[in-house]
Amino acid sequence: MEPFRSTRSGGVRAALAPAEASLLRSLVGQVITLIAPDGPPPRPAGDPNTGAALTGDLLDWELEFDHQPETPEDPVLARLLPDGYRDDPDASQEFRRYTEPGLRSAKQQAAQEMLDTLPEAGGKIQLTHDQAQAWLKALNDVRLALGVRLNVTEEFEEQWSRLAADDPQWAAYEVYAWLGAVQESLVQALA
Amino acid sequence: MSVAPAEVDLPRSADNPVSDKPWVTIVWNDPVNLMTYVTYVFQQVFGYPKRKATRLMLDVHHKGKAVVAAGAREAMEHNVEILHGYGLWATVQHDN
Repeated sequence: MEPFRSTRSGGVRAALAPAEASLLRSLVGQVITLIAPDGPPPRPAGDPNTGAALTGDLLDWELEFDHQPETPEDPVLARLLPDGYRDDPDASQEFRRYTEPGLRSAKQQAAQEMLDTLPEAGGKIQLTHDQAQAWLKALNDVRLALGVRLNVTEEFEEQWSRLAADDPQWAAYEVYAWLGAVQESLVQALA
Repeated sequence: MSVAPAEVDLPRSADNPVSDKPWVTIVWNDPVNLMTYVTYVFQQVFGYPKRKATRLMLDVHHKGKAVVAAGAREAMEHNVEILHGYGLWATVQHDN
């Protein structure tokens, strides 16, 4: 990989090897799947000329309105969609009810924008300032997800050095470290 | 690294009483977010100059948390929503 550099137009550029591009695409795709809003799949659209379809939509709307999202049980999701209050479950639930759908879709949009601007075969990447912001957020979500899965602490380097070379998690640690370097170069190019 | 105490904007003058700003936005330390990234986010989200953003980041890093803004509850909830979008671990709290 050629690290990110700022461009004169206020954007950034970098270059990725084919394997690096495909790894990033796979990881970002996993985050998109993970944060997809849960709940029932969309109902088949009714005939718009009948009153039944309208009533159905209204019922759906009410169900959605009554929906009380809880703190996700999956620690990765709980980190990507954190509580808004630390010691106030009621306020936290109310906050989640109003913000979680928007947060999910914002994260999905950033991840999708990264996929849209990440050439499948790797090579040169040119990003506008706004596209770079989407990369920053999407890359960070990938790092958060992987960091939680690996139980990463602030002593990451020590954790990694204690792993045996044939430890099944070794490759994931290497990917996590590489993602940190990519993110660091992107922040430096933007700062 | 040397650490300066973070500046927290909590005006306590008579014409801007404490009760005007009873809520705070707190950012908690986590092992994943890069120090440079957290500083950058504070600059982007709050428009803080780099020195102040860096001081707040170091407070988060060394003390485990920092108050990064104070004001009305709705404004603090809005901050937290934006910070969650950046992947920072932020919460709203009543300043008591």
